[in-house]
Amino acid sequence: MSVLVYSESENGKLKKSSFETASYGKALSQKLGSKLICVSFNCSDIELLNKYGADKIVNVESSNLKDFTAKTYSHVLSQVIEKENISVVILSSSADAKYLGAYLAGITDSSYISNVVALPESLNPFIVRRSCFTNKAFSTTEINGNLKIISISSNSYEINENNGDGVIENIDYNEVSSTFKVSNVEKQSAKVTIADADIVVSAGRGLKGPEHWHMIEELAEVLGAATACSKPVSDMGWRPHSEHVGQTGKPVASNLYIAIGISGAIQHLAGINSSKVKVVINSDPEAPFFKAADYGVIGDAFDIIPELINKLKARK
Amino acid sequence: MNILVCISNVPDTTSKINFTDSDSKFDKNGVQFIINPNDEFGLTKAVWMKDSNKASVTVLTVGDSSADTILRKCLAIGADKAIRIDCEAKDAYSVAKEIVAHCESIKYDIIICGRESIDYNGGLVPGLIAGCLDYNFITNCVSLEIESGKAKCAREISGGTEFSECDLPLVIGAQKGLVEESDLIIPNMRGIMMARQKPLDVIKAQNINSRAIDKKFFKPEEKGEVKLVKPDELDKLIDLLENEAKVI
Repeated sequence: MSVLVYSESENGKLKKSSFETASYGKALSQKLGSKLICVSFNCSDIELLNKYGADKIVNVESSNLKDFTAKTYSHVLSQVIEKENISVVILSSSADAKYLGAYLAGITDSSYISNVVALPESLNPFIVRRSCFTNKAFSTTEINGNLKIISISSNSYEINENNGDGVIENIDYNEVSSTFKVSNVEKQSAKVTIADADIVVSAGRGLKGPEHWHMIEELAEVLGAATACSKPVSDMGWRPHSEHVGQTGKPVASNLYIAIGISGAIQHLAGINSSKVKVVINSDPEAPFFKAADYGVIGDAFDIIPELINKLKARK
Repeated sequence: MNILVCISNVPDTTSKINFTDSDSKFDKNGVQFIINPNDEFGLTKAVWMKDSNKASVTVLTVGDSSADTILRKCLAIGADKAIRIDCEAKDAYSVAKEIVAHCESIKYDIIICGRESIDYNGGLVPGLIAGCLDYNFITNCVSLEIESGKAKCAREISGGTEFSECDLPLVIGAQKGLVEESDLIIPNMRGIMMARQKPLDVIKAQNINSRAIDKKFFKPEEKGEVKLVKPDELDKLIDLLENEAKVI
């Protein structure tokens, strides 16, 4: 019985999340007294997983699997699961991983649990801690079933180096046919995404209009941060939906979350609760966000942000 | 074309979350329940497809009779028919399996779910249904058009959008963007009156065992007091972030 980690890559290179999932997978395999097997698709730097303790590395090379789709990838993974006698599969919480995890659970009749924030508290019964109610709460949850699929929250498990001597193997598998074809992908390649960012700079209605967002973008650029916004801002069309963070938008689990001109409605706070350090800049001292913040500045964003940008630039 | 929209009954987004029975159960006391927002985006899209694709729209929920209120609301919004699979919704696995059993007896061209519920956020139901039925599947779906039996859809991915095409049947995980917030249909008096005449069938559950059992709930630790920095002392803020919090 081994632990399988699905190691995500982008443009042939492993993503940072695959070191988190490998570290988690290694710790879990040690607890279980089993082996850690990592699997990746069309990945050129897969040997890096040895640094995180892989006992075996499976590389799936196929031009038919160039585009990620939940169905085709799941069917390959289900064959790896069977061949390697896997008991637990570890995934990140990226959009693709969650897409894949639920489908994989369907075809393998396994037990899937997402938003897991720590190693299991107990192995028998298998009990994990996960966030729920959009980070307004956590639960300890018992998972039954022979095969378990665990998606871990981003930034919830520290990357640990651990010497591994995994041999890279290619495997034989059957590809499934699918009418599902990816026709096009549009990506803003230069921008840091909310899911991958260590720092997120977010702004709300306090900015008064989309024409003032250049300040937010400049601040984000200086910090190497992703930009985000509150629900009203995306509803009014000032910013794209993909930037909306909160209960009905995206969750944020960055190291630093800077909220500018956002009052801090309960739905917004739920979405950003997993961020480690929160800074709030707001002219209203009564804004509920100050109660959820680590650091706060009460004042006018239109004065504070340009000065903050200048000071951060001077520091570099 | 037959469309099934799966609806989850969830606490209103403004709800304060509390627990009862030694923190082992969600406290429903005083909580208003709503249609899961991601499901509602999907329902609105389905109602539009009644006109554009001559679709018939069935809404379905897995739950006890307390869920009938939101099913009536879905009918008032424009669904043609409602089905409730009569059992307590225990976990995502058992709920999805109940839906799978229903979809094995009645075929739908498109099954729409929210990409996740806003209570347990599992995101399991649409994928599990698609996997079990071997249907095509797209989640985080922000666009869907059906032309001569084929679907053109778009999915929000990290930092962009992915466009794809596939045959039906198809399972969708809906989210904002599939329709806009301002497109959501508020039932009018005529819709509410008509909803009373529409069928709401209660069907027997398979009583599938759950796979995930919540043992105990916790609330996040209370934050300490916020450290305020004066607007003219931003150097101090930078210093705190760099040396105390160590995040920049």
